[in-house]
Amino acid sequence: MYFTTALLNASRFNRRFRRSPTLMVSGAVLAATLSGCAVNENRSPLESAADSTFSGELIGVGASSQGAAQESWIAGFQSAHGRVSVNYDPAGSGAGREAFMHGGASFAGSDRPFTVEEIADGGFEMCAPGSALVELPVYVSPIVVVFNVDGVLDLNVDAPTLAGIFSGQITRWDDPDLVRQNPGAALPDLAITAVHRSDDSGTTGNFTDYLSKVAPEVWQVGATQTWPSEYGGEGAQGTSGVVETVAGGVGTIGYADASRAGDLASVSLLEGGGYVPYSPGAAAVAIDAAALESGRANTDLVVTLDPSGADSNAYPLVLVSYLIGCETYRDPQVAELVRTYFAWTVSEAGQEAAAKNAGSVPLPPRLRGALSGAAEQIGGPR
Amino acid sequence: MNPASALCKGNRGDRQFARLAKLSAASVIAILAAVGLFLLWKSVPALTARPQDASVLDGSFWAYTLPLLFGTVWVAALALLIALPLSVGVALFLTNYAPPGARSALSFVVDLLAAVPSVVYGLWGIMVLAPSLLPTYEWLNSHLHRVPLFAGAVSGTGRTILTAALVLAVMILPLITALCREIFLQTPASIKEGALALGATRWEMLRLAVLPAAKGPIVSAAMLGLGRALGETMAVAMVLSATGTVTWKLLTSQNPSTIAANIALTFPEAFGKNISVLIATGLVLFAATFLVNAAARQVVKRGTSTNKRSAA
Repeated sequence: MYFTTALLNASRFNRRFRRSPTLMVSGAVLAATLSGCAVNENRSPLESAADSTFSGELIGVGASSQGAAQESWIAGFQSAHGRVSVNYDPAGSGAGREAFMHGGASFAGSDRPFTVEEIADGGFEMCAPGSALVELPVYVSPIVVVFNVDGVLDLNVDAPTLAGIFSGQITRWDDPDLVRQNPGAALPDLAITAVHRSDDSGTTGNFTDYLSKVAPEVWQVGATQTWPSEYGGEGAQGTSGVVETVAGGVGTIGYADASRAGDLASVSLLEGGGYVPYSPGAAAVAIDAAALESGRANTDLVVTLDPSGADSNAYPLVLVSYLIGCETYRDPQVAELVRTYFAWTVSEAGQEAAAKNAGSVPLPPRLRGALSGAAEQIGGPR
Repeated sequence: MNPASALCKGNRGDRQFARLAKLSAASVIAILAAVGLFLLWKSVPALTARPQDASVLDGSFWAYTLPLLFGTVWVAALALLIALPLSVGVALFLTNYAPPGARSALSFVVDLLAAVPSVVYGLWGIMVLAPSLLPTYEWLNSHLHRVPLFAGAVSGTGRTILTAALVLAVMILPLITALCREIFLQTPASIKEGALALGATRWEMLRLAVLPAAKGPIVSAAMLGLGRALGETMAVAMVLSATGTVTWKLLTSQNPSTIAANIALTFPEAFGKNISVLIATGLVLFAATFLVNAAARQVVKRGTSTNKRSAA
């Protein structure tokens, strides 16, 4: 019904339009001016002669957690290299790994790296035969545990209590475990509603990984990207869903990416004898202490965080997201572009840009150096 | 001009139009067949998948899908239960009780409900409806907890299956109302006036003259609304706290998910065999909707044949 009315209106409008040349001309001029503005967006005043040799298109697919950071990296990269266009599709880590493996994307963004078995199975279409993978942990975003209880502004929670809350064993805010750790807080006699992600998510994967490492006797299902249904709780879609649900509910607690947690109160975790509240500096300390996983190629840098061994300045609950590429690409032009792009993302300026736009934690210098070295190894067929 | 050739021109136009109409009908059937074939083709590997091949499965494929099917049918049935009486009431009001000016304005407003995108309904559900229903849920739980539907621990956020059903009910209301309005307008004025002339009150006239003949078409309208509710994705994905448990309880945080919402939530991170599993659940939903529609058509057919028998 509305469609036909719209059609009728459109034809009436066209007739009026055709009778008024002034309207048409001014409309055309306006359109031309505005499109000029759009063209200027892509051109940068800082193009240098050396950079203008780069041209081509890069396609990346992967995790949505990196989405905002990728946008800032792409903006910086395209303004330095005016003739290159980079596209990142935040279709999800699984989709990114699939696309990269089957040659649909030049690089992938993923919340978990390829396992050693997956790499051994091979079949990576973008890479030359026998090439190793380049996996760089470029995006580090802390995960905060936010809660919404009237009158309580901070909360100290140790690992078994946290695991107990999220596994449904601790059900009320005035539980003895919580009261013992927070003698000064006015914890009400209210039921705890633990909010988790109802969609598959790298944030859930990293949070459950943390819980399984620090409280394995309470959290028994290990690390998983899908929240275990036997632990109950309330499901919400996406980071924004969790934050909305915690903010709009009563006695709710949930975990979310720190950059999008808004101004909800967050929990201080027990680390090395003291309770550490979330701060970007504390997260950076945790990353600096991270070890590289052994048994992988030199360019395959996978970090493992050991939350139980961290010192009391470190906030170890972080999400680490990887950029994945080949060490040797079949196409030398793609290799050149990917190498320059990866080098930009791990550079100091690149990390600062991501921190400003996406709220991530900039990589510490030692790790940055190692990643730059690995990125330099990317090349075409030798 | 030769009169015969004038006739031939008319026949050619007739033949062209007939061909065009047949082509349109054939293309609709072809599109439906293409969708069905796509679903079948992509889901075959998933029907026999084990957890080693598809990480999204815990056990067999049916252990994964049947709870989802339960959730889909349960929330759609609840939504229909809430929306159908309301829609029939609104349609009766619009056709028989409303003054002419109010009729067009109210029809416009009801149609406007259909224009709201489902994502907006989802946002409204989580931000406004769920928190405002919390006191009601707590009252129901504390006073009526002996009824199994209202038992259990009340959700602290209000994002329960009852909230999702209410949002769905608001979404299918304009569809069913528009169809019922057309149905009630079809009743011949002579029959209505005859009933009134024989001394029936307004309500008796509606009960005796309007509703009996409209029963079959109302069922059709309800089935269309049910089909919409069975397939609704974004609003349910955003509003429902889906944990995969099969339960009749309406007020708790543990709710079954629906097939469409599950696909929306799981697809972004799915890959390989998992995608086949999700497409297979889509096939199950397709088959379920098809069966519901077929059953409805049977009900309608039996209803109209009964009417014809009683009229004869």
